[in-house]
Amino acid sequence: MAKYAAPGQPDSVVTFKPRYDHYIGGEYVAPVKGQYFENPTPVTGEVFTEVARGTAEDVEKALDAAWGAAPAWGKTSTTERANILNKMADRVEANLEMIAIAESWENGKACRETLVADIPLAIDHLRYFAGAIRAQEGSVSQIDEDLVAYHFHEPLGVVGQIIPWNFPILMAIWKLAPALAAGNCVVLKPAEQTPASIHVLMDVVGDLLPPGVLNIVNGFGVEAGKPLASNKRIRKIAFTGETTTGRLIMQYASENLIPVTLELGGKSPNIFFDDVASQNDAFYDKSLEGFAMFALNQGEVCTCPSRALIQGGIYDDFLQQAVKRTEQIKQGHPLDTETMIGAQASNDQFEKILSYIDIGRQEGAKVLAGGAKADLGGELAGGYYIQPTVFEGNNSMRIFQEEIFGPVVSVARFTDYDDAIKIANDTLYGLGAAVWSRDGNTAYRAGRDIQAGRVWVNNYHSYPAHAAFGGYKNSGVGRENHKMMLDHYQQTKNLLVSYSQNAQGFF
Amino acid sequence: MSQDSTATGVPEVPGSGTERVTLTPAAAELLVKMTDIHGPLMFHQSGGCCDGSAPMCYPDGDFKVGASDVHLGDLQVPGLEKSIGFYMAADQFEYWKHTHLTVDVVKGRGSGFSVEAPEGVRFMIRSRLFTDDEYRAMESK
Repeated sequence: MAKYAAPGQPDSVVTFKPRYDHYIGGEYVAPVKGQYFENPTPVTGEVFTEVARGTAEDVEKALDAAWGAAPAWGKTSTTERANILNKMADRVEANLEMIAIAESWENGKACRETLVADIPLAIDHLRYFAGAIRAQEGSVSQIDEDLVAYHFHEPLGVVGQIIPWNFPILMAIWKLAPALAAGNCVVLKPAEQTPASIHVLMDVVGDLLPPGVLNIVNGFGVEAGKPLASNKRIRKIAFTGETTTGRLIMQYASENLIPVTLELGGKSPNIFFDDVASQNDAFYDKSLEGFAMFALNQGEVCTCPSRALIQGGIYDDFLQQAVKRTEQIKQGHPLDTETMIGAQASNDQFEKILSYIDIGRQEGAKVLAGGAKADLGGELAGGYYIQPTVFEGNNSMRIFQEEIFGPVVSVARFTDYDDAIKIANDTLYGLGAAVWSRDGNTAYRAGRDIQAGRVWVNNYHSYPAHAAFGGYKNSGVGRENHKMMLDHYQQTKNLLVSYSQNAQGFF
Repeated sequence: MSQDSTATGVPEVPGSGTERVTLTPAAAELLVKMTDIHGPLMFHQSGGCCDGSAPMCYPDGDFKVGASDVHLGDLQVPGLEKSIGFYMAADQFEYWKHTHLTVDVVKGRGSGFSVEAPEGVRFMIRSRLFTDDEYRAMESK
């Protein structure tokens, strides 16, 4: 067991600066209006740094820098760009602990996750797109004997990216790696809940990129996000967040006729068929862990398996053991490596989860575990902690239909295959899902019948690069985490070339 | 049943006239302050992901509502001439229709492009089930 010293302590692996400005044109630039906002840690509720409160003026500056860099960056060789991404990955790897602890302190998540998942995945993602861009090919089609169509990939130019707070660094890298690999310059706005940790990352990698290629404007959605998303000078906008803001961003994009990619959350079903319990073996244990995955990252994951559907034949026994597994989750200080679940990211998130626990009870759902805030006392008394909570109810309840974004799972029973698929698909969303079965045919058919972009079969919450991630239905538009993402950041240039000596014959 | 509101083309919810949404005094006070800064306002209830399930407050007309939305009501705020429309996507409303909503405000940080975030607070929904009497009254309209 180990506990990392909190930032601010002399022996901490990370030191935050007292203030972060905008990162524009390769240097830190104070906000035009001179305003800053406080950034508290959800671990204790205390403010640990302040951050520039960006406005439209700052966004324009960042776009100036980005467009200044775009012509040269867009013409660098793919080798050059890939080498830079690889160097960024190496630097992050060499500073993994510092970046991981920075992210845990800012977001509240347990450091065992940032140390072994968030940051290692970010490193791998940079390397994946370094490889993907090197290997990408255009195409040549011979239309007829003398007419040839060449297809080239070209960068879009300058793109906007708005990053969520649940995986502040990994989600930034998910968007940055393909955009930069494809030769675009970026203006990125981190979430106002988690604006600082990306600057710890930039301290490590900033000098590797030519000035202006990556610009970071901090601030609030209404003041900095809106002038970015609605700007005429971006060629694409990428957003991860919720449905109303997603629609608003699409509305802005329609005014500027630019493409959007949106990742907007889910209400993922986690389906356990009777046969998972046919033996009490390692696989059965794995499936119980699969149930408990709702608590990963405090439930603040778009693909949180927040609806557990258990078949009638094993329902009582499986649920009893799943609740037991849930009760073994260790809640505590996020910088303690033994901690499995840390703090919710913000006070409003904390309050919202409690309001959902309240409506769940009012609707008649039964609390089988948790169901309240967790008072951890001492220095954590001011932090935002919720007990892992298991509700039992039915799929029409609001706790089965709305993304709570907390460590809350709602459990229902199903009778047979058709019933499972019907309940699984009775949702507005279609991002994640899982099927647990020892029968390959059942698992395959269910995986294909569930309307969701990612269906895990006999596993959950795995996010390797090269497995496409994105939503059906209200969960968004586009895919991430796969080389197809390059297409979301590229134009197609067609050169249609005639090699004939003769007139076409019209005039 | 549903009818188009002539002003916006947004369908009214069944039982229009029964109060579906209300405000806490703190939320009303904040709306007066926000109106001073941004002019007339509107709400659109969000769903999904990080800041989802939060009522998003925008300058009126900034968010284009349409036939895929429903109009749950207009919030009367003491001190404001114009009431504040409250909207939700129609498919989402199907799962919310049995609950009465109260817009409250809590300390917090950020909610999409909602106007209150820079104040260090955010609007939040508290819900209760409609009573049987309320439900019957709405159904009969």
